[in-house]
Amino acid sequence: MTFHAMLRRTLYTVLIAALLAFFAIPMLWLASAPFDSDPGVGLRWPDWTLDNWRITFEHPYALGSLLNSIVLCAVATLVTTVLGTLASYALSRVRIPGRDALLYVLLLLSSVVTGTAAMVPIFVMMFQLGLINSQYATGLVIAGGMLPAAIFILKDFIDSVPRSYEESARVFGASPGQVLLHVVLPVARPGIATIMVWAFVQAWGNFLLPFLLLRDVSGQPAAVLLRTLKDEGGSANLTVIPVFSLLYAIPVVALYLFVSKRYGFRFHGGIKA
Amino acid sequence: MAAIELTGLSTVYPNGVRAVDDLDLSIDDGEFFALLGPSGCGKTTLLRTIAGLERSSSGTISLGGGDVTRTDVGKRGVAMVFQDYALFPHMTVAQNIAYPLRVRRASKQAQQDAASTTSAGLGLAELLERRPAQLSGGQQQRVALARAIAMEAQVLLLDEPLSNLDARLRLEARTFLKRLQRELGLTTVFVTHDQAEALALADRIAVMADGRIRQLGTPKDVFQRPADTFVANFIGSTPMNLLTGTAHDGFVEVAGARLASPDLSLADGTKVVAGIRPEYLAPAAEGITGTVSIVENLGVTSLVTLECPGDVLVGLTVPEHEEPRVGTAMTAAPAPGRLLVYDAETTRLL
Repeated sequence: MTFHAMLRRTLYTVLIAALLAFFAIPMLWLASAPFDSDPGVGLRWPDWTLDNWRITFEHPYALGSLLNSIVLCAVATLVTTVLGTLASYALSRVRIPGRDALLYVLLLLSSVVTGTAAMVPIFVMMFQLGLINSQYATGLVIAGGMLPAAIFILKDFIDSVPRSYEESARVFGASPGQVLLHVVLPVARPGIATIMVWAFVQAWGNFLLPFLLLRDVSGQPAAVLLRTLKDEGGSANLTVIPVFSLLYAIPVVALYLFVSKRYGFRFHGGIKA
Repeated sequence: MAAIELTGLSTVYPNGVRAVDDLDLSIDDGEFFALLGPSGCGKTTLLRTIAGLERSSSGTISLGGGDVTRTDVGKRGVAMVFQDYALFPHMTVAQNIAYPLRVRRASKQAQQDAASTTSAGLGLAELLERRPAQLSGGQQQRVALARAIAMEAQVLLLDEPLSNLDARLRLEARTFLKRLQRELGLTTVFVTHDQAEALALADRIAVMADGRIRQLGTPKDVFQRPADTFVANFIGSTPMNLLTGTAHDGFVEVAGARLASPDLSLADGTKVVAGIRPEYLAPAAEGITGTVSIVENLGVTSLVTLECPGDVLVGLTVPEHEEPRVGTAMTAAPAPGRLLVYDAETTRLL
């Protein structure tokens, strides 16, 4: 091996190692800090203890906020998936003029609707409707922001379901409801599962909307509460944060694993199997 | 089981295309009927209109004596097999076959019974727990047929039933389909663009073009006496020779030859098109003379193309071992009674 080849190889390995460390160290921290008797922001072999867990469980809002997150995400995911599926089915099957333009405009506006620019109007609207501090209402707003993208992606999945499936079911006497339930939904299931996980993860990590619309600490989801976990001195509470972060990460990972195993994330179209 | 009666039926698409144009047709009870035509001739639209998947714009459809023109799809007692079979990929073979019963909310037991009896008749008993993706093309087709039969409809519609199978399997499936139809005695209408398929399967054929029926008849009628030059051109595995010429003294003059006309009443100088199938032309002492330009081997026979005076090409088939050499001169004459004469203007048979 020449000197140049060796040098190149060494540099390459160092670069990869640095990149790997950049992503791996926070993960390792997340795995070790919750069990360390004196957790810091650095990474070290833990001095094993479960005290952090006891303290976190005794925190007045920690567990409640995780429950709030689950309620909020359930509402947002359910609304996004159900309405997204029905809307994309209709848009896929019914020819209306300007359909594609409508989809693109929706997609474009959706980043504005729940984006930073619309925060003040959304807050004022929710305030006047008396829906501040309502988890269900917040879930609806989050769902509203996700729907255009969900419809856009789902329409592609449903477009790829051959129409002859539906026509065949209709010839055998199936009602529109039966066609949807027996044929379209099962065939589009991988797409729907994908959207479900995507919506859940989006809602789970959403900070800005719940931060604005849920002013009461006892109603805040985990993503918002994380910011307020401070000790008496006002600095980050490193006893609670690691455990809380780990708990916060679990549902997303679990959901991904479950759906991936059950349905598999596959995209239709393109290559014939 | 029922006869199908179509009167003045039109199906017009929103963009103004008259896919089916003022069509009258009656199909007998238990008949195996073919709708044949090139793509875009309206045959599939006609089939879909009978099924109720397309709304007719005018005219009536009656099945077994009852008017179903405005009856919803699925309530007409019509079963249909789609070109791509449309087997539900997430259901097993048994669930697919029993689907028409599931829609009617029949009991689980009734569904199982239907799946097992129907599948047994079609040689699918071993495959009931498989998914469509695990079946061969021929098996998929039989599952689709089984599902249609399980519906116990009065009429069976088949959209291009053989086109998704490879050539070898197609012949087997054709024989199978014909036997099945005989056994069931079910009024069956199928759509095809393959004239050989229509000739082999059907009791009667409707040859369609531009949303209208050009000729209606038995395979023999349609093959031996095509009603116009369009049908003549479309039917037959080797295209019919259509030679333009004029009538004179009971003869037609085409490609530099005088052939005895079957119609002696033609006025002198009438412009005609003479139609002769390559299979009905044979080497003879007198007749159409030309230079052998191409010899194509068709197996038992060979298709010879003659270059005749006036740059007219004439095809004829010769038995194996009797192929002429390319470049030699050859004379051929039509078999008695096989020459057809069409009016050059109306293209109709005279």
